[in-house]
Amino acid sequence: MAHAEGQQHAHAHAQGQQHAHVEGQQHPIGIYLKIWALLFILSALSYSVDYFHFQGYLRWFLIIVFMLLKAGLIVAVFMHMMWERLALLYAILVPTLLLMVLLGIGALEADYTFFTRGVFFLKGLL
Amino acid sequence: MPTTTVKPLPLPEGVPGIVADWSSDQRAFKNVPWGKAMMWIFLLSDTFIFSSFLISYMTVRMSATEPWPNPSEVFALTLWGKHIPLILIAIMTFVLISSSGTMAMAVKFGYEKNKKMTFILLLITAALGATFVGMQAFEWTKLILDEGIRPWGNPLGAAQFGSVFFMITGFHGTHVSIGVIFLIIVAIKVLRGDLDHERPGFLTGRKGKYEIVEIMGLYWHFVDLVWVFIFAVFYLW
Repeated sequence: MAHAEGQQHAHAHAQGQQHAHVEGQQHPIGIYLKIWALLFILSALSYSVDYFHFQGYLRWFLIIVFMLLKAGLIVAVFMHMMWERLALLYAILVPTLLLMVLLGIGALEADYTFFTRGVFFLKGLL
Repeated sequence: MPTTTVKPLPLPEGVPGIVADWSSDQRAFKNVPWGKAMMWIFLLSDTFIFSSFLISYMTVRMSATEPWPNPSEVFALTLWGKHIPLILIAIMTFVLISSSGTMAMAVKFGYEKNKKMTFILLLITAALGATFVGMQAFEWTKLILDEGIRPWGNPLGAAQFGSVFFMITGFHGTHVSIGVIFLIIVAIKVLRGDLDHERPGFLTGRKGKYEIVEIMGLYWHFVDLVWVFIFAVFYLW
């Protein structure tokens, strides 16, 4: 929270307002420009995955790595999450990561649907 | 009795910090304005909406028996006599990332109470957002009129392509459009000095503060964040 210095410190009033919350985020402009440039490079890289026709596992690996790097940079720096307290970070991040369970269930279900459709269409042919 | 300024105890960090924050009275999210915490909660719920869309898209695409139309070709454009795959989507991606950059700087100048720079950067962000929506309208027009893609079927392959495409990009485009409207509202508030003079807002009546620029920024970066995922799993798959 060192960055937040220079913000107005709320004085603890006689009424017993004990919390002096330092609110607002102040960071040098350079970090935004650097992250902006990085996001441009990463976007260009993920576009070139398609442009140069990478296929198979390499394509998937590159797409997901660039996607997660971009998402991470936006949340951490542009949305200031790296400077927030862990209570907020985990309140947002943990439920989001739980979505991986839904992703897994979706993939299982899709495989099963594809299989039953295969069986159904095969029966029609026989 | 002399007034003494009591410095509050430093908040614990790490895991003890999480426990202390969540078990304390009044509020779990320290050092964060009320509106900002609420925006984060809203964005979490929006994350679940978009994740449901993208995961159901994955399920539908994996179980389709007909071939899926190749996005690289569907979204190709011929520019200056050259056929470039996916170029429209690439330009849209750069436009949205640029708007995120200008938004981040608007937040920075906002907390410095630099009214002019904040206003200009918010307007540039809104203009880039409007450009993005415009390009999306062009993309939809091209797909509907030239390529005959409909939510119930298309001549290129799996019928599910259209419904998924219109639902996901339509929902995202709506978010961008709402964002542009709110960016303009916040920009006007900044220019009028509503935030400097703590004038109450029209909706909640809470005092105007520069933290609303950051809260607006959270929403805008989230829209960009969703696009990162749509770009990767819809257009690059």
